[in-house]
Amino acid sequence: MAKQYEFSSRRLPYLLVLPQMAIVFVFFFWPAIQAVWQSLYIQDAFGLSMIFVGLSNYVRLFKDPSYINSLFISFAFAAVVAFSAMTLALFLAVQANRRIRGAAFYKTMLVWPYAMATLVAGVLWLFLFSPNVGIIAYFLKHSLGIDWNHLLRAGQAFLLVSIAASWKQVSYNFVFFLAGLQNVPAALVEAAAIDGASPFRRFWSVVFPLLSPTTFYLLVMNLVYAFFETFPIIHQVTEGGPGQATNILVYRVYKDGVINLDLGASSAESVILMLIVIGLTVLQFRFVERKVTY
Amino acid sequence: MKRLVIALAAFALLCGTAFAEPVTIEFWHAMGGKNGDVTQAIIDKFNASQSDYKVVGVFKGSYADTMNAGIAAFRAGQPPAILQVYEVGTATMMSAKGAIVPVYKLMQEEGQSFDPHEFIPAISGYYSTSSGQMLSMPFNSSTAVMYYNKDAFRKAGLDPNKPPKTWPEVFADARKLKAAGYQGGLTSNWFGWIQLENFSAWHNVPFGTKSNGFDGFDTRLVFNGPLQLRHLTNLYNLSKEGVFIYGGRDNAANSLFTSGQVPIHFESIGGYGAMKSTCKFDFGVAMLPYYPDVKGAPQNSIIGGASLWVMAKQSQAQYKAVAAFLTFLSKPDIQSYFHEQTGYLPVTLAAYKLTKEQGYYKDNPGLEVAIQQLNNKTPTPNSRGIRFGYMPQIRTICDEQWESILGGKETVKQGLDNMVRLGNELLRKFEQIAQ
Repeated sequence: MAKQYEFSSRRLPYLLVLPQMAIVFVFFFWPAIQAVWQSLYIQDAFGLSMIFVGLSNYVRLFKDPSYINSLFISFAFAAVVAFSAMTLALFLAVQANRRIRGAAFYKTMLVWPYAMATLVAGVLWLFLFSPNVGIIAYFLKHSLGIDWNHLLRAGQAFLLVSIAASWKQVSYNFVFFLAGLQNVPAALVEAAAIDGASPFRRFWSVVFPLLSPTTFYLLVMNLVYAFFETFPIIHQVTEGGPGQATNILVYRVYKDGVINLDLGASSAESVILMLIVIGLTVLQFRFVERKVTY
Repeated sequence: MKRLVIALAAFALLCGTAFAEPVTIEFWHAMGGKNGDVTQAIIDKFNASQSDYKVVGVFKGSYADTMNAGIAAFRAGQPPAILQVYEVGTATMMSAKGAIVPVYKLMQEEGQSFDPHEFIPAISGYYSTSSGQMLSMPFNSSTAVMYYNKDAFRKAGLDPNKPPKTWPEVFADARKLKAAGYQGGLTSNWFGWIQLENFSAWHNVPFGTKSNGFDGFDTRLVFNGPLQLRHLTNLYNLSKEGVFIYGGRDNAANSLFTSGQVPIHFESIGGYGAMKSTCKFDFGVAMLPYYPDVKGAPQNSIIGGASLWVMAKQSQAQYKAVAAFLTFLSKPDIQSYFHEQTGYLPVTLAAYKLTKEQGYYKDNPGLEVAIQQLNNKTPTPNSRGIRFGYMPQIRTICDEQWESILGGKETVKQGLDNMVRLGNELLRKFEQIAQ
């Protein structure tokens, strides 16, 4: 048990956390409370007339097939992005953690995409896959015979935003996995090797369990990333299209709130999104965390 | 002591008169880059032209950002005096009765001579009530036109100086261009604005009931009529043939035209300057095509762009300043300058005349095509413009359904009916709020 420090005044500790709490309240709790409150009304853009409608903004959403579609797409997108960004990062981290020539160079290169703004990542992938001018699209068409057109093909559009979003997140995961791997005591791995465990076995039964706190942390972060921070990629690459094939929840919140100025619907959507992410995080802490060995 | 007070009072009075601070008003706009420089230059000209008022221009980002900033400022009790709002925000602005001051009313109260008949009808009409009272001041206006690649026309054996006039001619030429080796024959930007809103106005068929929404919020969309269905079916069939190429939403199809891959393109005249600097080939601008069997077609096209709204909660002196600035903006030389520098259309007839006299259209014939198209006929209730709440969302719905049609997820009829049905749901909601 760590040594505890006793404050001489009872008020001082509260005073010390006050600035942080004030920031949390003003920038997180207050907007969240406002969203809940506004989701119970319909109102015009200027707030000149507000009509209390109870839960009808929510009812309207769940009766709307396009909203149910957005829910499914968001979950699918989050699952794909979190899974691919984490497995790829883990693979790369394991490779970079070995004694190889130029390891520092690889590590630096792999971290670089993280320095890039998400929007720029979107632009980059859009250019590569643009059906008219993109080099990858050109290669797919002329070498593999795949007619790439994510502007009209729902599956391709989903694939493209998933690739872009995962690529952007790999660097972040890589840093954490690499740090986690470097904390795995070499003695344990060597002992397993002496006992005759294969490299895969050593990784799966020794290293991976020791990485579980890192993996758990990254799972939470990646899901939050996929639900919220991928907004610029959707905005830049597909605008939610074709049709509504990539119209994830956070993009709807933006469209309805900022473009359409329908604050009631937008607030209801953001409250649902908030509940989903809170729910997912709670679930993970209750069920996944049990499997984590610190 | 008494003397001191009198001296101070006299001094204060002196300061008040001799060093009178000009009345300052804020003008929030969405004009970035070159357009922003031109807007600022006009503001500077106004400020230099007199000493009573000072306009401060503030760039607030995109149209949506600017509108949101204005709304947030109003909610916080400190709106700018003038707010630039894109044309699709018109219904939202005019329904916010306590937040805005209609321009006709302001001009009346401030005693500025202001005649709506000096404006190009298709432009002023868009921002007026159906009885002709101007609610906001047109600022930057554009309209949709047809761009065509003259070099490609020559290569395909078509006459570069005779662009197709009707849709059947466009389709025939587009097929020839495709056969001549181009990736496709035609493409289009801004699907909803050009292929539905302008298309309907140009053929004098209604886009919605109640004069396209001008006569009340209890309006319904009706653009799933036989003519629109026929047009979209034609485009869909051409898409199957690979003659019509879908380039994406908004102005994403530009690259198809500017790269020389697709020789016929539909885009705003506001993109004329950009086309001139990016196209490495000879191109022309022509009026929108029409179906020759439709009675009364072509009518007139409708505008896009933005207008200036006068916001509530300003002082008397500030409203005087706003009125003076708006009058200054509609002067022919200012309009002509803005027109030539940005490519947006002049909003007054006098400015058009002045620009023409200066010979500007000899080098820029495309710009005059756009004005002629707006002035083609006196606007009717079907061609004055469109005024619907949640218009940005309605355009998104049109984009989405159009993509589903082209992607083979639904038939043209289903898609068109869905656009109208989903749009009407939004209109009912808007009606509920905008009482």
